[in-house]
Amino acid sequence: MTPQAILFCILAIIAIVAAIMVIIQKNPIKSILWLLVVFFALSAIYFSLNAQFLAIINLIVYAGAIMVLFLFVLMLINFKSLETIQKKYRFVFYAVVIVCGVLTLLMLLINQTQSLQKVSILNDSNNVGLIENLGKTLYLDYGVPFELTSILFLTAIIGAVLLSKIKKIEI
Amino acid sequence: MDWSFILEKIVLIVIVILVTLGLALYTTFAERKVAAFLQDRPGPNRVGPMGLFQPFADGLKLIMKEDLIPSHANKQLFILGPFLAMSAALLVSGIIPWSTPIEINHTKISLQIADINIGVLYAFAVVSIGVYGILIGGWASNNKFSLLAALRGASQAISYELPMGLSLIALICLTGTLSLSDIVQQQAQAGHWWYVAYQPLGFLLFFICALAECNRTPFDLPEAENELNFGYHQEYSSMKLGFYLFAEYVNMIMSSAIMACLYFGGYDVPFVDETLLNPNLAAVLGLISILFKIVIFLFVFMWIRWTIPRFRYDQLMNLGWKKLMPLALANLILTIFISLILKS
Repeated sequence: MTPQAILFCILAIIAIVAAIMVIIQKNPIKSILWLLVVFFALSAIYFSLNAQFLAIINLIVYAGAIMVLFLFVLMLINFKSLETIQKKYRFVFYAVVIVCGVLTLLMLLINQTQSLQKVSILNDSNNVGLIENLGKTLYLDYGVPFELTSILFLTAIIGAVLLSKIKKIEI
Repeated sequence: MDWSFILEKIVLIVIVILVTLGLALYTTFAERKVAAFLQDRPGPNRVGPMGLFQPFADGLKLIMKEDLIPSHANKQLFILGPFLAMSAALLVSGIIPWSTPIEINHTKISLQIADINIGVLYAFAVVSIGVYGILIGGWASNNKFSLLAALRGASQAISYELPMGLSLIALICLTGTLSLSDIVQQQAQAGHWWYVAYQPLGFLLFFICALAECNRTPFDLPEAENELNFGYHQEYSSMKLGFYLFAEYVNMIMSSAIMACLYFGGYDVPFVDETLLNPNLAAVLGLISILFKIVIFLFVFMWIRWTIPRFRYDQLMNLGWKKLMPLALANLILTIFISLILKS
């Protein structure tokens, strides 16, 4: 195995173990902290694939902003009141079936798609994931989809502001 | 990647961390002296000549105290909190170009631990991780004052990250690169001014946001002692408290270093062409230069702390969202327009 493969294996194991810890933790705060570990491991994998921008944006957006907001909300919840809620295992069964089905479909698709099979990361091509190339690809090749996505985001932001402005919603 | 490279980096990391901690130690002392000066009193002057050994006495006091973990606290997270705060604060030191490379036996040794080409974003990411120390510590203490302080700290940090990021983007439009060492080198070129001359408003916004991110007065709401007793580290004692207090000073040093690199030329000595000097001499001059800039920023931080009263919570949010955000956006748009006009 190449050093890169060993590194990938270590990081992947960390990510998977942490992801499992996210679901089996009883304390939601600890779940979030394990999720943070997952993000860090994923970012490290991105780094090892030379996608520095993606790695750091993953940290800034998910670890730095979204997870902080999650923690923020969870800290104000009284967990003891949550423990009394009865768990419905019927839904767990359906959830497992659906998730496994989606996963199998994805695997089959990835196996059949030609363009995904032959992707290999070349160690010596040092500028694949660098911010300059990413910017050029985004703005020159995929300009219109990019702008459409930004309009989508803008709509979401305006919607969020509107929701917080309306004090009473009459239904 | 050979072993000498790894050894060189490890030695550099140890030196940088030790120097940062030493500097932080004496920043606490300087803070007390500056406070004393501004309030017209002598300040600590008993331990050693002019009170110079005071920080060691303080450190000893913190270590010797009993390390209490409240019985109702969440033990693991309670310990994790100060650790996170401290490590996040120290992580920034990895990307700061402390000086030009030194030469030993004709091999160049860089004084920057990691020259990654997204240095600015890395610093931004680490700053946004830093808030976890406060949040987790405050929540794990299981104390309503600590929790309130932690929530205040988190909302403040998130709010002020936005104008900070926007003022950074305006700067990046000018530099065209995210690498800190490249940004410093651009400013060190002869005939190129420091970026504060091109981005005065951006620097001001960045400075205000840095104050808020370091939880310094007037933004020290997470530890407003008259409202929240002692803030998010109220239940902490001994060295865990020491870590929290220390992390604040390390944060101050790191944000001063980042500001010096981004806006004040980093290791650049004004009106001196470093390329003409002996590389080792230039490196030493550069190191003195960046340390001098850091010390000046630290002094301004302290000056502000002992001059300006604390904001109320609504004032803090109004300032962040209704004043700094539009200003940062205007600054960004103006910068883009002007640089486009000048380039075409």
